[in-house]
Amino acid sequence: MLLEVENLTKSYPGADGPVAVLRGVDLRLAAGETVALTGESGSGKSTLLHLVGGLDTADGGTIRFDGRDITALDDTGRAALRRRDVGVIFQQFNLIPSLDVAANIAFQARLSGGADMDRLQTLAKALGLDDHLRKYPESLSGGQQQRVAIARTLMARPKLVLADEPTGNLDEATAADVLAQMLELVSETGAALMVVTHSAAVAGQMGRQLHLSRGRLA
Amino acid sequence: MNVRVLIFCLLWPLQAAAQGFAGLGSAAEGFAVPQPDPVFDFPADHGAHPDYRIEWWYLTANLEGPDGTAYGIQWTLFRSALLPETLQGWGDPQIWFAHAAVTTPQAHHVAERVARGGIGQAGVEPAPFRAWIDDWQMAGPNFDRLRVTASGPEFRYALDLQAEGPLVFHGEGGFSVKSAEGQASYYYSQPFFSVEGVLSLPKGDVPVTGQGWLDREWSSQPLSDTQSGWDWFSLSFDGGAKLMGFQLRQTDGTTYSAATWIGADGQTTSFPDGAFRARALEQTEVAGRTVPTRWQVELPDKGVDVTVSALNRAAWMDVSLPYWEGPVSVAGSHAGRGYLEMTGYE
Amino acid sequence: MTGAGFSALWSHWRRNPLQLFTLVAGLALATALWSGVQAINAEARASYDAAAQTLGEGRFDHLLPRAGETVGQDRYVALRRSGWQVSPVLEGRVFLPDNSSVRVLGIDPLTTPGGLSPVRMEAVGGLAGFLTEASLFADAETAARVDGHLEGQVVVDPSAAPGVVITDIGTAQALLGQSGRISRMIVAELQPIGLPPLDRIAPDLIRRPAQEVSDVGRLTDSFHLNLTAFGFLSFAVGIFIVHGAIGLAFEQRRGMVRTLRALGMPLGRLVWLMVAELFVLALLAGALGVVLGYLIAGFLLPDVAATLRGLYGADVAGSVRLRPSWWASGFAIALIGTGVAAAGALWQIARMPLLASARPRAWVMARGQGAWRLGALAGLLLLAALGFALWGSGLAAGFALLACLLTGAALALPLILRAVLRLAEGRARSAVWQWFWADTRQQLPSLTLALMALLLAIAANVGVSTMVSSFRLTFVGFLDQRLAPELFITADTPEQAAALEGFLASRAREVLPVNSVETQVAGLPTELFGARVGLTYRENWQFLAQGPDPWDRVGAGQAVIINEQLARRAALWVGDRIAVGPDLSLPIAGIVADYGNPIGQAVVAEAVFARLFPDQAATRFGLRSDDPAALRRALIDDFGLPEGNIVDQAQIKAFSLEVFDRTFTVTAALNVLTLAVAGFAILMSLLTLAALRVPQLAPAWALGLTRAALGRLELRRAVSLAVLTTVLALPLGLALAWVLLAVVNVEAFGWELPMYLFPLDYARLALFALLAAVLAALWPAIRLARTPPGDLLKVFANER
Repeated sequence: MLLEVENLTKSYPGADGPVAVLRGVDLRLAAGETVALTGESGSGKSTLLHLVGGLDTADGGTIRFDGRDITALDDTGRAALRRRDVGVIFQQFNLIPSLDVAANIAFQARLSGGADMDRLQTLAKALGLDDHLRKYPESLSGGQQQRVAIARTLMARPKLVLADEPTGNLDEATAADVLAQMLELVSETGAALMVVTHSAAVAGQMGRQLHLSRGRLA
Repeated sequence: MNVRVLIFCLLWPLQAAAQGFAGLGSAAEGFAVPQPDPVFDFPADHGAHPDYRIEWWYLTANLEGPDGTAYGIQWTLFRSALLPETLQGWGDPQIWFAHAAVTTPQAHHVAERVARGGIGQAGVEPAPFRAWIDDWQMAGPNFDRLRVTASGPEFRYALDLQAEGPLVFHGEGGFSVKSAEGQASYYYSQPFFSVEGVLSLPKGDVPVTGQGWLDREWSSQPLSDTQSGWDWFSLSFDGGAKLMGFQLRQTDGTTYSAATWIGADGQTTSFPDGAFRARALEQTEVAGRTVPTRWQVELPDKGVDVTVSALNRAAWMDVSLPYWEGPVSVAGSHAGRGYLEMTGYE
Repeated sequence: MTGAGFSALWSHWRRNPLQLFTLVAGLALATALWSGVQAINAEARASYDAAAQTLGEGRFDHLLPRAGETVGQDRYVALRRSGWQVSPVLEGRVFLPDNSSVRVLGIDPLTTPGGLSPVRMEAVGGLAGFLTEASLFADAETAARVDGHLEGQVVVDPSAAPGVVITDIGTAQALLGQSGRISRMIVAELQPIGLPPLDRIAPDLIRRPAQEVSDVGRLTDSFHLNLTAFGFLSFAVGIFIVHGAIGLAFEQRRGMVRTLRALGMPLGRLVWLMVAELFVLALLAGALGVVLGYLIAGFLLPDVAATLRGLYGADVAGSVRLRPSWWASGFAIALIGTGVAAAGALWQIARMPLLASARPRAWVMARGQGAWRLGALAGLLLLAALGFALWGSGLAAGFALLACLLTGAALALPLILRAVLRLAEGRARSAVWQWFWADTRQQLPSLTLALMALLLAIAANVGVSTMVSSFRLTFVGFLDQRLAPELFITADTPEQAAALEGFLASRAREVLPVNSVETQVAGLPTELFGARVGLTYRENWQFLAQGPDPWDRVGAGQAVIINEQLARRAALWVGDRIAVGPDLSLPIAGIVADYGNPIGQAVVAEAVFARLFPDQAATRFGLRSDDPAALRRALIDDFGLPEGNIVDQAQIKAFSLEVFDRTFTVTAALNVLTLAVAGFAILMSLLTLAALRVPQLAPAWALGLTRAALGRLELRRAVSLAVLTTVLALPLGLALAWVLLAVVNVEAFGWELPMYLFPLDYARLALFALLAAVLAALWPAIRLARTPPGDLLKVFANER
């Protein structure tokens, strides 16, 4: 099992004391599996994604990644997890503005070892980015930026790809396009994919759908 | 603070009062005060009276050059005591102070000197008479025959004076009252000097002859707090008679006047407040001040109704605390010449 | 409408207190350094003026005794009685129980020329008090020292020169035990006509003509010029900060400006409001700056005062007073600085079309795009600097050269840094470093102003330190040259001098009379020396330029040696002839450097001097001896020369060195202050950027860099930029030093100083600069390292 989450809890400080966002979530994800995480605003789906991706720390419960308990990892350990094992694609601000497209795509792979330049070309071609490699993020369209983020994630060959509304900022046609490319590439690398979305269309393309409500999986 | 202004504040009570320096008005602070019915002791009284706060030897002369050009000269030595005593050395509290001027119809040259007593730089000795400050001097075997010298950056003069008449005493036998409150000074004059000498002016030396008038006055509190300045006239009429008259201008707009009529023989008649009247006829802008330079002067008791006109309207004494002093011509009921001094015009 | 507009504009500052603080603090710091340095200058100058006014020094001719220290006051009376308008002065030192001394200056206020009144007599009831009571006037420091030790009423008078007690001449005679004596007389400018000549009245007096500028003034000007240059550079550094703050604030308010205009506020009114707002801020900052400057001056002045006192013998009060003129100049400079800094921003607002983009971050980007224009301007300025260096003449050209050089270099800085960073990025091996350099390059436009400030600060420090240190080294060398004699002695009278020469003939290796007159050579005031040419001169004097056998020819009375000042001012050089006396003209055999002296000097043989000035007998001598201590004892014990008449060369040298060490204290303090200002600029830039940085850093964090690593990288970024800037500032500072030493100094003071390099000092300065950068970057970096992950995640959050 790639991911085992047990009784995960997390709360944030609020105006009237702590607000519980996750109230004991259990989740299992196998390698290569694709999962959609849906739920209302504030149901905790982004938080769950963040905890699994080592972007934030849980209050209680355990997360096992590839058999390893990552719940208690310190900053450095979690950073290593993000570098090597997980790829994250956000809705926006995914890219490093000071690096050009090619450097952005290669960035995570280089952080965790090295970048295969041939693969970079292949990915860029597959995502229609080969004409934009020397451009800077600020001159790209939203769809192009998300494609760069996808390319970057897949360059690093993570075991798990986490995407938080990856097409939320895109028009319908572009969104469908980007999602299709992402699914294709993920299946190619054999990575598992967990997508946070409130789009039924997106969720429908995943192998499994999980619904989060009031901090618990339904 | 300009030192000279301070000196003048001490020396020139009228001006001091005009500037709000009222300390001298009433109190005499250990100094002797003039008393009525004075008995003078000459030649000693020609000398200095260190017990009194202020004193002066004040010579003016109307002169004429070979071409008939009119000139006027002034030679004044003031004494101002900081304390009623005199000492040897720098500690002497007697301050000496002098003004000299030569007035021509076109020009007015002024010089000023200041010195401390006690070190020989300035002083007055009665017999043989000698009054001096720096190189300026008024000296002779007695008070009737004097040689007067002065110099400045633009002029110098040396004049011989010969008295041709008696001393004249103002007020009541030399006790001259200066205000309704009774402030007074001792005041006598020698108005009968004949004068002969040489003026050295920027254009060259000029031999001159004429008449001089020497005032002697000393006091400790000669003015009232309410007096802001004075207009003082010494006029010599063609017939030989002379008139000394002054009016003290008071802050309420009224004046206090006094006058002495001096007959050609030296007989004097004193006139109380109100008999002598002076009215400004014409004003002149000089050194930024407005100063009357033509006057109507009246002494009805003696039938005097004359116009007094400045020889040079710009006879401004540009010294530390400035005033106007210069020769005048007289026309009207009487003709003649004289000197006019005006202080306290701001 | 105005009120509503103002509150809208003001709301920006309320929401961005850090920006407001940056603006006000930057302007206040700039004003503070400027007015602090000006305050030190003004205070020192006021002290000289007080001294000069008290003594009538410079403005008036003086009559001095031909022999001895004093003359009877009968001389004074005799001169006055002959018409001479002179005023007596008696001066002397009085020793206090603690062995320190004060100078007592006795004057006669009645005769000082032109109503010259050195003290406020109102304090003692006017002139009457001054003349009749023994009143002693002194500044607070001196008054406290003498109170209770001198007979008389001590009155504190801030206008009195430091270390001087002014009193009536009669009181001074009593205090100094000089009854009936005076030291000298001041000659009034206006004298009556027909004045008898001086030698008929007082042949025992000589007349010393007025000098246009006092010696002390000329010498200390050099020091003040340094300080002024420093103050100006510091101010320039501050203005960079202000410019940055104003530019950012205005850009961020573009949206507000658009809204206000769309709502119907006329553009003119809006610009006027912004000007008014800046005016208020400038006044506030100016006031703060003046007070700060006052504190800086107060902190530094004791050292400055000690420096000047030691260096040039000028007494400067060791405390500052807040003078109205500082307020005026502080406010003026704050307003001018704000105006300069805001002009561009206001111009842009005034030209902005109503529907222009209101994106504030456009500003940061636009800076990069306008780079080529800045580059062109920098090139032009540097070319102009080169032009001034090659063909300019005069002090103004020297300062124009400085201005062009510094501005050009500052403008070129971002271009050079960009190129270096691009190079580094290209060579980076790892992703992190590639990103690091790329990101640094991207940050550059926002940090440019702060880095320019740092560049100028370091360059100024390098320049001024080099100048001061070069001056020291040269001056010490010069002292070694001129102070070759082991002992210097002074005789009280020419008779004693003759006896001394006889006494010394067998005891000293060489006896060198120091005999000089002040005269005119080539139409310039010159000190003419008669030298006894011997081994000492031959071995120790070094020439800037010389003909063959200079000392042989001078010794034979066939030539003259002049100093550099005279040579430059009179445009003379070796081989030219100059008239040293009415009938004597000699060729110049050599030119010597002369750093202790503002006026020209010429050296002829003793015999020539004696022929020209037969009455001028030497009373000072330099003595060469292998056993100076024994010679000293012999002079005191056997000859009976008072100990005070003998000066040890070692003493003078030690003293001079001590003086320079004090100069360094001041320079070092100013170094730290300017660097602190530059550090502040960096800190404020980083803090302002911090909010913008989070979205730029969040992706890197999400991809696997720890917050601590990011913080370290931020720190390294600041240090790398500071290092690069420092490396660039070094040559600029050396160029600045060269301009100060070889151009400005020659134009201002007539001597060129050789330039020395001080690598250790530069290393220390660089270290300071790095320290400033590290301190400035530390807090933002720590803040970054401690940013909660939640804050970073918010960047990516879908719902906010």
